[in-house]
Amino acid sequence: MGGIRTAGDLVAWMQMSRRMKINEAKAYVAEKLGIDVIDLTNEEVMRQVREDLDIGIITSVAGSAKGIAAKWNIAELLDIQINSVNLFKEKLHL
Amino acid sequence: MGDGERIMMSSEEIREDLLAGTNDAADRANIPVLTQDDLEPLFEIFAEPSKIVGVRAGEEVIVTDDAVATLFFLDQENCGQGLPMGRVQSILAYERACCADTISTGHTDYSFKQVKPIVNFEKQEYYNASMMTTAPFFYGSQPNMGLYFRPDGPYPNPADLLPSGKIKEALDAQEEAAAHLTKDLIYVSKQMYDVGCEGINFDTSASAGDADFFATLQAVSELKKETRHMAIEVGMSSEFVMGMHGDITFDGKRLAGMYPHEQVKVVEAAGADIFGPAINVVVSKSTPWNLARAVTFVKKCVAVANIPVHPNVGMGVCGVPMFEVPPIDAVTRTSKALVLIGKADGL
Repeated sequence: MGGIRTAGDLVAWMQMSRRMKINEAKAYVAEKLGIDVIDLTNEEVMRQVREDLDIGIITSVAGSAKGIAAKWNIAELLDIQINSVNLFKEKLHL
Repeated sequence: MGDGERIMMSSEEIREDLLAGTNDAADRANIPVLTQDDLEPLFEIFAEPSKIVGVRAGEEVIVTDDAVATLFFLDQENCGQGLPMGRVQSILAYERACCADTISTGHTDYSFKQVKPIVNFEKQEYYNASMMTTAPFFYGSQPNMGLYFRPDGPYPNPADLLPSGKIKEALDAQEEAAAHLTKDLIYVSKQMYDVGCEGINFDTSASAGDADFFATLQAVSELKKETRHMAIEVGMSSEFVMGMHGDITFDGKRLAGMYPHEQVKVVEAAGADIFGPAINVVVSKSTPWNLARAVTFVKKCVAVANIPVHPNVGMGVCGVPMFEVPPIDAVTRTSKALVLIGKADGL
């Protein structure tokens, strides 16, 4: 689906965390992003959506969330538990 | 062809092979053949003049893999590129340059038994990389129960015992090896969970038969009690679970002889989150024959599954030719057919 270039990573998180089949996972993510399902792989839409939500973008824009910071925002956006994020929060005593 | 050779086929020959392929799968697994509504679009996929084909916008699926993110720097002659770069750079390049939906890493010797003594190193590598990755990050390895038999492991080798008529000894050896393997799978997976592992991939499961599959299912079942926030993917080694033991059951079902639509139900019952069926490729048959066969298995598997199904599309499985540089026309036709007709949730 294009990974962090579009919304492939987000759909993958839903299959992994909620065992969702592909169409259910896409619908869930689209609703959370406030876009149509077909735009999940629309680079022109997703580039801005990802920057606005600070969930990691493909280009190296300084200051934008990447890695664990982006995953933290993704976990909150999708209302899921991400193990690495949980561990990071634990290390921060949050 | 199943070995990667490029050949010319007439429309009639393609249709004949599609029919023969689906009939072969249906006969073996006692499942429905592809309908005419399936076979016609499958024919059209092969008839497309473009070298690379794809699904329509909106029909895309995600991809999980078997440590592909580390292949850039690996020096294996059959899959690595041997680039002068490190593991983390390789992982990040796969995420940000190749734009993979998920990424995964694993040890060069891709087996849990080999990972166990160096698990602390693997934990460090995974932890460091996971701080920088955004896409879901798997750790993958193979159960590979064959490594637990002599001369590589502590238990008598069933491949030596069975031809000697030592049936009881062969069964005992497999049961002991399976128990040992289960412990190792759980140990390594828990170690990885402790450093924030987001997903574990039991790749190429059941390669040593039903006892190997049982060990994986037992490990998944145990892990799901304690590692709730780590996804588990179970990928298979072939379309058919070999009955090297023969009497082993899980969830009340005999594992020997299971085909994908039966495999997915025990994997699901164990608690795994994603299932990866692997359909064998016959190298002497055409790609239409192999792909029709793979789609028949996958369609039934997806139809009965309550978890996402990601058919394996590496070289030599699910219709992709058995060649280390798989022809892209065959790879894209395989991918499209498995998604469009097989209704796969991912690849």
